[in-house]
Amino acid sequence: MRKLGTAVGCVLILLWCLLPVAWIISLSFKSQTAITNGSPGFLPKDGDGAGWQNYTDVLDNEQFRRAIFNSIGISLIATLLSVIIATLAAYAIARLEFKGKKFVLTMALAIAMFPVVSLVGPLFDMWRTIGLYDTWPGLIIPYMSFTLPLAIWTLSAFFREIPWELEQAAQVDGATSWQAFRKVIVPLAAPGVFTAAILTFFFAWNDFVFGISLTSTESARPIPAALSFFVGADPFNRPASLLAAGAVVSTIPIIIIVLIFQRKIVAGLTSGAVKG
Amino acid sequence: MSTVTAPAPEAKRKGNAPETSSRSRAENRLGQKLVAPAIFVMLLVTAFPMLRALYLSVFNYALTAPEDKEFVGFGNYVTALTDPLFWKVTGITVLYMVVTVAIELVIGFIFAMVMHRVIFARGVIRTSILIPYGIITVVSGFAWQFAFSYQNGFVNSWIPGMDLQFNWFGETTPAVVAIMVSEIWKTTPFMSLLLLAGLAQVSEDMLEAAKVDGATWWQRLWKVILPNMRAAIMVAVLFRALDAYRIFDNIFVMTAGAVNTESISFLTYRQTIEQFQLGMGSALSVLLFLSVLLIAALIVKLFRVDLAQARQE
Repeated sequence: MRKLGTAVGCVLILLWCLLPVAWIISLSFKSQTAITNGSPGFLPKDGDGAGWQNYTDVLDNEQFRRAIFNSIGISLIATLLSVIIATLAAYAIARLEFKGKKFVLTMALAIAMFPVVSLVGPLFDMWRTIGLYDTWPGLIIPYMSFTLPLAIWTLSAFFREIPWELEQAAQVDGATSWQAFRKVIVPLAAPGVFTAAILTFFFAWNDFVFGISLTSTESARPIPAALSFFVGADPFNRPASLLAAGAVVSTIPIIIIVLIFQRKIVAGLTSGAVKG
Repeated sequence: MSTVTAPAPEAKRKGNAPETSSRSRAENRLGQKLVAPAIFVMLLVTAFPMLRALYLSVFNYALTAPEDKEFVGFGNYVTALTDPLFWKVTGITVLYMVVTVAIELVIGFIFAMVMHRVIFARGVIRTSILIPYGIITVVSGFAWQFAFSYQNGFVNSWIPGMDLQFNWFGETTPAVVAIMVSEIWKTTPFMSLLLLAGLAQVSEDMLEAAKVDGATWWQRLWKVILPNMRAAIMVAVLFRALDAYRIFDNIFVMTAGAVNTESISFLTYRQTIEQFQLGMGSALSVLLFLSVLLIAALIVKLFRVDLAQARQE
């Protein structure tokens, strides 16, 4: 009975997670004329299929290609910088006694709760004055600020679990301090850093409010904003299948990351050494 | 408030008392140096713009006519708070928050229970649950908007007895439902992962003891599992509620605020970015920020959990 319930639950979770993904993939294979004429139903009907046409159209679109490039570049740089800064801060919070520790954690929490929209007005004004409007750094900086809280909390919780005595133990056994750090601490800390990096990347990739407010041209506009501005020839009838193809393309990096790193995260959370 | 007026030198001496050795002083300095970049970056984009929003909110200031900037005191706040539109929009925002978080909590908890128990196919389940979490909200909005569309979608034909020509985005109630579906689909996995972490902390021994004492499954759930997960549930509800209160992306994509589906974030965005009313927009920003603080305080109070305690600070 219990096993059956769990099995049914698993099927439900899979349906929940994958059905809408299957839908958007199916939609991306409906032809654009079928969409204009109206083609209800989950799967494309006979004669309504478009093959790879929507994908070639999307990838031939200069604006879309630029948006992909912007999103990848901006998200990766923001993730890298954010994780480096957060690692320093989290190490200090987990390992050192210093004044203002509580202040940092409280501030991080307050910023995590911040209504992003309430900042875009003043930021829009500021960025235009100092020339950061519609540039990569103009998006990288807010992404860093808003992902730092989550990264710091995740990493400091993680670092606190690391048995730091192992470092000394390795040194007693004859390892140099660099070796002890490289061979003992880095492998233990890596899963936590990966987790923080993935959360940061997801945030930056997903952001929409900053993306539409702080950019105006394709020189910095990221994918979510580009997708929402993509209206096609007829503004009252959105090119649904073309948008779906764009949406699928923009989801591919997320799926790759999840597939590669899922094991790492889970392994990191369950490995015996970390539990100590 | 008497603590605020306590003499500063005494507080300072107290703070300095434990760090007599040079080693702890060095540790103190190193710690502060390591967190300095993080503090700087976090304040750069939040503190200064927020102060600027506070400042701008007492002016009548439109980017389209900057020379007409004029001090109006609390005028913008009075205008906003006496406008029925503001209250209507706040009401719908609270509705989004309460309904989505309640549904997500129930479904998320069921998902967490399943993930906690499943041994076979654990990797597959955890991989797929990360996909809605990772998908762009705008993409989720499009997917559900097209799914609910009577022209090209499938929802109408999948609901038995549904009018195939029914337009979900023609009136407030169905449009709100569609927006909520997209929001719930995308964020339930996040909720379930947070709850899964809490579920892992419930001691198996305690559950076993309750079972031996003859507690039913329902009793074990309400008397053992849920009370022991209170901190995890609070963190999940807090994060999601504040996130839901800021709902923006789905509304922007699915209805663009039409048929009264506008949220408070959307109204603020419209004032500042689309209409360039920085004064009024800033006042709305401040009100939005204050309401987020209020909700956070309410939730923390409701669960009576010290957040620092929950994180073993």
